[in-house]
Amino acid sequence: MKKFILKRLGLAAISLFLLSLTIFLLIRISGDPAVLLAEPGASAADLQAIRNQFGLDRPLWIQYLSFITHLFRGDFGQSFYYRTDVFDLYLSRLPASLLLASAAMVFSLIVGIPTGIIAAVRVNRWQDSIGKIFALLGLSMPSFWVGLVMILFFSVYLGWLPSSGSGTVWHLVMPAIALGWVFAAAHMRLTRSSMLEVLGSEYVKLARLKGLPEALVISKHAFKNALIPVLTLAGVNLVIMVNVAVIVETVFAWPGVGRLLFEGIAFRDFPVVQASILLGGTMIVLVNLLVDILYAVIDPRIRYEG
Amino acid sequence: MNGSGTVANSRSASGILTLPSRLAFLRSEGFPLIPSAILLTIMLVAIFANTLAPHNPEVGVLGDRFKPPAWQTNGTLDHLLGTDHLGRDVLSRLIFGARISVIVGLMVIIVAGFIGTALGIISGYLGRWVDQVIMRITDAWLALPALMLAIFLAAIVGPGVSNIIIILAAVWWTRYARVIRGEVLSVRERDFVRLAVVAGCSKWTIMRKHILPNVVNSAIVLATLQLGQVIIAEAGLSFLGVGVPPPQPAWGLMLADGKKGLMAGYWWLTVLPGSCIMLMVLSANLLGDWLRVKFDPQLRQL
Repeated sequence: MKKFILKRLGLAAISLFLLSLTIFLLIRISGDPAVLLAEPGASAADLQAIRNQFGLDRPLWIQYLSFITHLFRGDFGQSFYYRTDVFDLYLSRLPASLLLASAAMVFSLIVGIPTGIIAAVRVNRWQDSIGKIFALLGLSMPSFWVGLVMILFFSVYLGWLPSSGSGTVWHLVMPAIALGWVFAAAHMRLTRSSMLEVLGSEYVKLARLKGLPEALVISKHAFKNALIPVLTLAGVNLVIMVNVAVIVETVFAWPGVGRLLFEGIAFRDFPVVQASILLGGTMIVLVNLLVDILYAVIDPRIRYEG
Repeated sequence: MNGSGTVANSRSASGILTLPSRLAFLRSEGFPLIPSAILLTIMLVAIFANTLAPHNPEVGVLGDRFKPPAWQTNGTLDHLLGTDHLGRDVLSRLIFGARISVIVGLMVIIVAGFIGTALGIISGYLGRWVDQVIMRITDAWLALPALMLAIFLAAIVGPGVSNIIIILAAVWWTRYARVIRGEVLSVRERDFVRLAVVAGCSKWTIMRKHILPNVVNSAIVLATLQLGQVIIAEAGLSFLGVGVPPPQPAWGLMLADGKKGLMAGYWWLTVLPGSCIMLMVLSANLLGDWLRVKFDPQLRQL
């Protein structure tokens, strides 16, 4: 167990190292890094100041070490546009992103779990086919397009919901559905396959042999165990949602970290772009690590594989 | 084994399958005819865009801004699907947009598939430290969020069709490397590989002539399944302004432009490009699902 956790920790460390190294190297090989790190339209003297500040004339590995030490101190530089510390800026936007991701998660579970269970209980019948079509549609529509079409219907034609911004619950409805749509399909697929596996297991057969009514077997015996992998995936997906919401947040002008990344790109505010990627990537690596360890604790078989 | 029976019965006297009998055979195998036909049509439209498009997709007449499709009031037959905020013909832009989606989609899965398959074969066949190094890098790369990485890369190297292809391929090769390596591990234990070793074939020859043909099916299935995701990613990057640069007619870019007419209710600028993306992605997913079931019996139950 200890060995397994150490191995996973090592893997996560390698991931984070590669992430920081990739970003560090890309900035330096894609032309003059001083131009990226300086404000747009900086003078030659400003550029020289940046070169001195970051030591861009020193060997690469020394530069990387200094880059990493700054990151560990939580020093991601200053935003050109907002004139504040990038790390603080990111943290101030995070609650809005978490709110949106939570709402999208609730939507995706409310839609995904019941449809998945119905599809599994009625496997290979028409309910299952409809479920498959639904899942395929979910995976085939870009989330930002779903958002745009919803704006067209519910804001422009019907005037029911606000098209952008934040503040009330009504502002949350459309971005949450747009973001949760793809995940609803993913959760439905997983609920279905997990439920099918549980329904074929010995203890469910025993419950049926005991003469329990089918509804009770499904709701009491099968449902709980089938839900474990779905909820684990949901935990990972919550973090992933925060990080893939860039486009949905842009469509609805939702003030989260995704919108911050978009503004960073649009205003050529490079420290913001760099910090968004580094922090988002770190979050995903850490949550994957957590899930791997949790799985190993719950299911000892996993430890011996690989 | 219904399918093979159908084939035997439908062979013509010369022993060559006729077109109708081939279609019947494919249908009996559950082959997704309609999605394949849609993909084929999109390919043809992409190839013959120059002949099919009624107008120049990048030049508009400002006097003809926001013209609705022909069947609505104020619509004209000259612009069947209306015009955008610069008076450019939407139909022509959709037609040329197909070319960009097809080029980007195919190039990305070919480049990513080539890199990933090569690394997977090398990793799986050579084993030991080579395997360790390649797989650790693959795992680390897999753990990173693909879309964010692509956005970051795109923000650095700047917009452009070839840049997008390189970026998406750099992000998407990992899945191939993982899956193909797993397949190679079982293929390399088979007798024909051992015989080839005894016969004195070089490692390079074995990997190319004996291993590759046995894993290429899996690579094709993966590529088809990824095609849709790649097209959605390209549309997303273009929508954000870091993908295909304007005034080129990419579908994602058209959606970004369509936002300018969204609040005024100019639905065709939003609904039409998105429907094209959905149609292409849905078709690719359906074809990919069928191929997966066909070539990978283990996944049949899922």
